[in-house]
Amino acid sequence: MNLYTYASPANFYHLAGKLIPWFAWGAGLLTVWGLYISFFLAPTDFQQSEAYRIIFIHVPAAWMSMFIYLVMAFWGAIGLAFNTRLSFMMARALAPTGALFTFIALWTGALWGKPMWGAWWVWDARLTSELILLFLYVGIIALWAAIDDVKRGDRAGSLLTLIGAINVPIIYFSVKWWNTLHQGSSINLTKAPSMAAIMLQGMLVMAIAAWLYTIAVALVRVRRIILERERQTDWAKAILEAE
Amino acid sequence: MKSRHKKLLVIVLGVAGLGIAAALILNAFQSNLVFFFSPTEVSAGKAPIDRAFRIGGLVEDGSVKRDPDGLTVRFVVTDTAKSMPVIYKGILPDLFKEGKGVVAEGKIGGDGVFAASQVLAKHDENYMPPEAAQALEQAAKAQKSLVQ
Repeated sequence: MNLYTYASPANFYHLAGKLIPWFAWGAGLLTVWGLYISFFLAPTDFQQSEAYRIIFIHVPAAWMSMFIYLVMAFWGAIGLAFNTRLSFMMARALAPTGALFTFIALWTGALWGKPMWGAWWVWDARLTSELILLFLYVGIIALWAAIDDVKRGDRAGSLLTLIGAINVPIIYFSVKWWNTLHQGSSINLTKAPSMAAIMLQGMLVMAIAAWLYTIAVALVRVRRIILERERQTDWAKAILEAE
Repeated sequence: MKSRHKKLLVIVLGVAGLGIAAALILNAFQSNLVFFFSPTEVSAGKAPIDRAFRIGGLVEDGSVKRDPDGLTVRFVVTDTAKSMPVIYKGILPDLFKEGKGVVAEGKIGGDGVFAASQVLAKHDENYMPPEAAQALEQAAKAQKSLVQ
């Protein structure tokens, strides 16, 4: 099997159609399992009692907001360097989901901050850089929407994505580099996680569910983008007429 | 070199250059990016004491005292090296506790007491069931009595 076959939009359209149900079902089942762990199996926390449970949404959303941005930047770079059409379409398909997760991370963070810290919002380095990430997503989506010429739009949007990518390590390391109100990471590569095993398990299941959800909706979106851009071709015409 | 490889090189170098620029800028703004100052930094004159700033550290054990009006609270913020007395009138967050993290915003008054207009609780990144926390605490106590 030659993987490059799937760099052709027509072939990828059909492959994506076959993959979507798997990712969608996986996301649904893991969300149910993850929420069950979060609400029923995970114990109360020693200092935040029940309020900490928002972590099961907050942390996976925050991880996804940063990870999706890096994937967009990756596709943008590939597209700019090799002029591959499908990479730009992937970047466009991911952006709305990235913006959604950024918004969820900020929103659940505010809901968590008020009872625990005593403030909905503070201008510390972590919160501010995450807000900048939301502005970047919105800016990129707006830029794509504002440029009618598809190719020029692709290049402009991907360039902005690449420039903004510098913000992602700043978000991630902000709690290490500066003193912030936001606490440090509970999970990292250099030491054992500082949370009980069952809590960690719930968070990871929710994170994988968020991954699968992201892949599923990005594939749905990229299929629509492919059809829109290939509407002059016979195969796309046939599908559009059948709809 | 093929033109697309050249393009990839330009992109990689561009991103690397941007990264270095960002690192230099952030390094230059280092002092403006801190959310709070520790009592040690305040006593070393690093905090802008002529205007409002934030002070952060732990609430010293046994230092929290409430005035008879029930709203005014006095406590001491410490970073174990230096400490600073704080006075605050208002509602404290649930996580405010002796021995736990706190960030207070305000100004140093003429009497050397930090008059806070807002008090925020700073919690750590540890999550565990209360029984586990208790077990850890007891283990720490046992260790202490062994050392003594």
